[in-house]
Amino acid sequence: MSVEPLLTVEDVSFAIRGNAIVQNVSFQVTPGEIVALIGPNGAGKSTLVRIVLGLLQPDSGQIALKPGLRVGYMPQRLAVADTLPLTVQRFITLGMSASRRRVRELLAEVGAAQVLDSPVQAISGGELQRVLLARALLRQPDLLVLDEPIQGVDLNGQYELHDLISNLRRQRGCGILMVSHELHLVMATTDHVICLNRHVCCSGHPDHVARDPAYLELFGIEGARTLAIYHHRHNHRHDLHGAVVASAEDGAHG
Amino acid sequence: MDDFLPRVLLGGFGVALVAGPLGAFIVWRRMAYFGDTLSHSGLLGVVLGTVLGINPQLSVAITCLGVALALVLLQRRQALATDTLLGILAHATLSLGLVALAFLETVRVDLVSYLFGDILSISTTDLYWIWGGNLLTLSILLGLWRPLLAATVHEELARVEGVPVFQIRLAFMLLIAIVIAVAMKVVGILLITSLLIIPAATARRFARSPEGMAMLASVFGCLAVGLGLWASLRWDTPAGPSVVVAATSLFMLGSATPNRWWR
Repeated sequence: MSVEPLLTVEDVSFAIRGNAIVQNVSFQVTPGEIVALIGPNGAGKSTLVRIVLGLLQPDSGQIALKPGLRVGYMPQRLAVADTLPLTVQRFITLGMSASRRRVRELLAEVGAAQVLDSPVQAISGGELQRVLLARALLRQPDLLVLDEPIQGVDLNGQYELHDLISNLRRQRGCGILMVSHELHLVMATTDHVICLNRHVCCSGHPDHVARDPAYLELFGIEGARTLAIYHHRHNHRHDLHGAVVASAEDGAHG
Repeated sequence: MDDFLPRVLLGGFGVALVAGPLGAFIVWRRMAYFGDTLSHSGLLGVVLGTVLGINPQLSVAITCLGVALALVLLQRRQALATDTLLGILAHATLSLGLVALAFLETVRVDLVSYLFGDILSISTTDLYWIWGGNLLTLSILLGLWRPLLAATVHEELARVEGVPVFQIRLAFMLLIAIVIAVAMKVVGILLITSLLIIPAATARRFARSPEGMAMLASVFGCLAVGLGLWASLRWDTPAGPSVVVAATSLFMLGSATPNRWWR
């Protein structure tokens, strides 16, 4: 491999009170690559992400980040107390100053320009995911770490967000590590899928993983069959409010 | 006796000023019970200060900080929920203070004035302590403002972005300890939390930014101090509780204002 990886995870293990949560996991993320971590609940996906981010120390194994790497993190949840008056604009610029114009541009890029001055507690789940993404992008990351970026978003919104994420990769050339619940949602956008169930069950190109016996065992035949349903091309898209918008050149989903 | 009123007001305003922004953070971080626990340990600090012969404000601040650190340690080791630990610490330290007080036969400590405040007997030395602690707290808070706010909004996000969250949390506890030591003279250790929380809660409805809420909380705190002291002098009611009643009245008035004023 000629490109220097942004992130190298090598043989990482983590246990809580003797309970193995993550076992001997290794993978890499290179620039411009989207790597998806998929697996059922309790598979250790979020734990692994927290280890990568340095929030948890692994019991064994190594995390190597490229020197000088800027990491953009999009957390799974945001629970700001209702008592804290905080607009989206202010939330995005917390800990990093940026002009109002720049924030508006970023929000427009992720399709949530209308919430610039809304209280963060008052926006919808889909808008919140976009705001969190915009916040991560403001830091001009080399590596984006997205923890369940489509959680709490309706199906069309999910496709929108996936398009957005794969466009980001193309436009900005950053590497993306993404946690997702299920394979069918990441099929079209991902280069490399790691199927996690405490250890790495199988990994590789999504098409390859979808046929892997370990994947079928983990998700069952039913889970695999849903792939067929989602494996089609949309000829239009919906914006945040559900209105149909013309499909862009790269707007097709797998 | 001439400068009695200015002295009392200066002391009260001093406490209200710093209680505003600090109280706002306590409200945002949902730490009201934590503040209560620390202030309950204040009496133990007073007794320790008397025994060791050091200034009560200093010994109270040190004791509060000790309790805060004990809590951090207990949280790491115990399987008990934080509110249970807080409940244990709050009442254990208060009782310990009362028991220790009983052993001090030779020293007379005015218990009521420590529990409920004694602002009317405020001395010039007290004023120095209040305003010294005040300026120290406000300047630390100003320096910590951005990282503290970031850690309050999302702790893990702040950590990933390089905010030293643990150190910030310790510093915040130190600030609360200082303010408890400083505010003890004004409202007493049992009522300190109310002066931190009620003005901040009142300000919430009218604020559009964190800074706005913090400053408004200071304003409401000063108003409550002024009103409470006025009522206390007029009707000869205890000063500390009168200030808290005034703050609560302002809170209820604020809650009754129409929504369109603030949204």
